[in-house]
Amino acid sequence: MKRARVAWGGAVHDAAPHERGLQLADGRVLAESDVVWLPPFHVGTVIALGLNYADHAKELAKELTTTAKDEPLVFFKGPGALVGHRGVTRRPQGVAFMHYECELAVVIGRTARHVARADALQHVAGYTVCNDYAVRDHLENWYRPNLRVKNRDASTALGPWLVDAADVPDPQALALRTLVNGRLVQQGHTRDMVNGVAALIEYLSGFMTLQCGDVILTGTPDGVVNVDVGDEVVCEIDGIGRLVNTIVADD
Amino acid sequence: MLANSAAACAVVLDAPPWRLSGMVYAALLNHRAELDALGAAAYEPPYKAPPRAPVLEVKPRHTHAADGAVVRVPRGVPALCIGASLGIVIGAVARRVEAARALSHVAGYLLLGDVSVPVPNHYRPGARFKTRDGFCPLGARVVPAASVAQPDALHGRVQVDGRTVHGFDTTGRVRGVAQLVADVSEFMTLQPGDVLALGVSHGAPLVAAGSDVVLAIDGVGALSLRVEAEAP
Repeated sequence: MKRARVAWGGAVHDAAPHERGLQLADGRVLAESDVVWLPPFHVGTVIALGLNYADHAKELAKELTTTAKDEPLVFFKGPGALVGHRGVTRRPQGVAFMHYECELAVVIGRTARHVARADALQHVAGYTVCNDYAVRDHLENWYRPNLRVKNRDASTALGPWLVDAADVPDPQALALRTLVNGRLVQQGHTRDMVNGVAALIEYLSGFMTLQCGDVILTGTPDGVVNVDVGDEVVCEIDGIGRLVNTIVADD
Repeated sequence: MLANSAAACAVVLDAPPWRLSGMVYAALLNHRAELDALGAAAYEPPYKAPPRAPVLEVKPRHTHAADGAVVRVPRGVPALCIGASLGIVIGAVARRVEAARALSHVAGYLLLGDVSVPVPNHYRPGARFKTRDGFCPLGARVVPAASVAQPDALHGRVQVDGRTVHGFDTTGRVRGVAQLVADVSEFMTLQPGDVLALGVSHGAPLVAAGSDVVLAIDGVGALSLRVEAEAP
């Protein structure tokens, strides 16, 4: 099952896919462009991974003093960073390098504390697509990556659908890609994660209680390039969704 | 699910907003003495240069705890670093606020505990050192901003088993209260009920399991913690 949350007609609705777009819980059918798409679930703590694909770590190797062999690189975000499907994200004035990051987002559905890898996927409610933008000009070498790079308003897109975990038998068997203005710029596969979904839940739940609605952004493969004002950025994961975002000026 | 954690809900607010949002952002390396102590290392790899933008971390809901909470020392860790921090409670939406106007966006102040597993790594320390369950205890009440005349000149202390082992004040910061609110609001919106922590002071003590800790900032509040070993 796929679920979305949308704003339409002055109210927030749950919605499901329909051949003509989407269908609200009350039965009304609407086009995709008729509604404002919100993140598809009530988001709790946003947990993000850095360098969780071997190829991306290699891409950045020149500037890194850590390697993918170290423990998972985890950071957190606030709710102001989030934006829904078909949203807009601002490119700060005067920066040279802002890039997308297509990521599988794992939504926790059951409290997890000290969970073993073998049991970890039982705690997953479902999956969605994330585009976790970074403004690399602002990257400094203290408590990386600093919030000015990764926690800007509306710089983390989530959606369009929350896909039930039952419909995703193997989260490590998903191809993902990013297209900018229709051109393929990033391609990867979740089998290439350094730490897979179950391993991440085991690791995280070893020091923090994962709660319903918490979301783990599992990192991005290589192929990140600069995006400019006016660009349409599409992040796709097979079977999960196609998340559209547009870059706008920061006037 | 952005609702407050149970701990945050327990906080009594004496001023608007009447509820905390549950979001806590904390400044790191905001005490000049801490940067000074790094000396030349701040200019060497991996850091290469002192920080320019505010260095910040998120203290998510799982880190929140109430006055009187038990702080758990992970297995294999001899002691935790425990300090106190001034929490700035936002009262009005703050985005691209100038420092001169920043205090008008502050509703009040809250005492925060700041617990971490000590590691000599400011580059990219693992989340398991700083962002563990219960590592951000919150004071029981918010003091209205009008009652705190000089938030950048408050005295505080850390007591372990009844003895003061660390005294500090809120002066000597890279960014004081107004400048911190201004510089953070340059790139992210601070919402009413959000807490922005001024950051822990240099020299916060190491505390082993079996200790009782009291954190205090005069005029803001006090917070008691019990430090115990994590269950085997």
